[in-house]
Amino acid sequence: MDKELFVFLIIASVKIFIVFNVVQVMVIAMIWFERKIMAHMQVRLGPMRVGFHGLLQPIADGIKLLFKEDIIPAKAEKILFVLAPVMTLVPALCTFAVIPFGEAINIFGYHIDMVITDINVGILYILAVSSMGIYGIVMAGWSSNNKYSLLGGIRSSAQMISYELTIGLSLIGVIMMTGSLSMVDIVNAQSKMWNLVLQPLGFIIYAISAIAEVNRCPFDIPEAETELVAGYHTEYSSMKFSMFFMAEYANMITVSAIAVTFFFGGWHGPYLPGVVWFMLKLSFCLFGFIWLRSTFPRLRYDQLMHFGWKILLPLSLFNILITGLIMVVRGL
Amino acid sequence: MIIPLMKGLALTFKRFINPFTCVTESYPDIRPRLAKRFRGLPELQVEDDGREKCVACGLCAKVCPSQCISIEGAEDEHFRRYPKMYELDSFRCIFCGFCEEACPERAILLGDSFELATDKNSGILDKEKLLESARRKKS
Repeated sequence: MDKELFVFLIIASVKIFIVFNVVQVMVIAMIWFERKIMAHMQVRLGPMRVGFHGLLQPIADGIKLLFKEDIIPAKAEKILFVLAPVMTLVPALCTFAVIPFGEAINIFGYHIDMVITDINVGILYILAVSSMGIYGIVMAGWSSNNKYSLLGGIRSSAQMISYELTIGLSLIGVIMMTGSLSMVDIVNAQSKMWNLVLQPLGFIIYAISAIAEVNRCPFDIPEAETELVAGYHTEYSSMKFSMFFMAEYANMITVSAIAVTFFFGGWHGPYLPGVVWFMLKLSFCLFGFIWLRSTFPRLRYDQLMHFGWKILLPLSLFNILITGLIMVVRGL
Repeated sequence: MIIPLMKGLALTFKRFINPFTCVTESYPDIRPRLAKRFRGLPELQVEDDGREKCVACGLCAKVCPSQCISIEGAEDEHFRRYPKMYELDSFRCIFCGFCEEACPERAILLGDSFELATDKNSGILDKEKLLESARRKKS
């Protein structure tokens, strides 16, 4: 085999291995952090029993889920029922392929970019792949043969389609200023000034629609337990349920990583190495998710739709218009 | 619309950074801090010389709504009245504190013990049991 190709394959697989595992560990850590942070915000203690201050709680939860009986309802559409959790989890993990998480390094004379692959349509790839997650949720809702699941699936599809639009439009301002769809170019363009300063409205729109996109509180209408039991994953148990669970957290990490890349200057930062900066900014975004969840009540379904189509969509179009105007005036 | 949302966020953040606001009690590990006037199981009190304060007047038995106290009085060699038998059925006690109110000698007070679960099928406490905690506090 060609030596160049062999080295490339080795480096790529190592990078994929590391990123995949880091994301998994982050998902597990997120479960603990979310429960603890939310508990303290709500003047509770949170998990305290398993390990020091409940540190082993996610592992205990995982083991419990692993040993549960894996139930497939008798009248469920078996193939889709089994496929649905995979369809939600895989796209959530795939999006990490194009996110740059540090500056390039040289090891043994090989130049290694701290990104699995830098494709020139990075953000397009992310938006395309993350939209696939909707299919998983809709499939789960439909194949369960359960009215709550179906309603959850329908709501979820409507919500994600409407907010995907604003996500895309809110990022266009940044893309216009950078003139590139590549994530690495976008990060490099922010080495002096974060896009958060130049695109505040874009960031706010992105933040709101990202929360809606990953079905988190206050937009967690697909799994509103007061009306829909558990939404699209009502009939799921055992590892299939935990895959939905992991997908939700992986999606959160993904949209946070996009926010860091697009608005917080990616891995750029003084003194500390790029990876550390990236992780710090990522943790900050994830903390925001938990913070919002422990503070706000859930929106009603029609309020959500109203907000998405009548407020956020015009705002994001306005943002593009303003960005374009300023670019023309300044002759960029 | 935005300001109330910000207020909410500020409140939760304030709670988060101050762990002392936490109201959860980790009870079996840490005993809860009881109020001063907490009404636990009644306890008989002792004099400085170690004898019981009770003079067996029977007021507590009379006033007890669940009739869980039974007393049998007697006189010692100095003609001082003392309870020969003092029994309190902890299964029947409703921790109302009437006995404490009725007692002219302040010989029975409601203490702070509330962990009364037992696997025996009789909860009758005799005089020695009721004096135990007061004697422990004295010594």
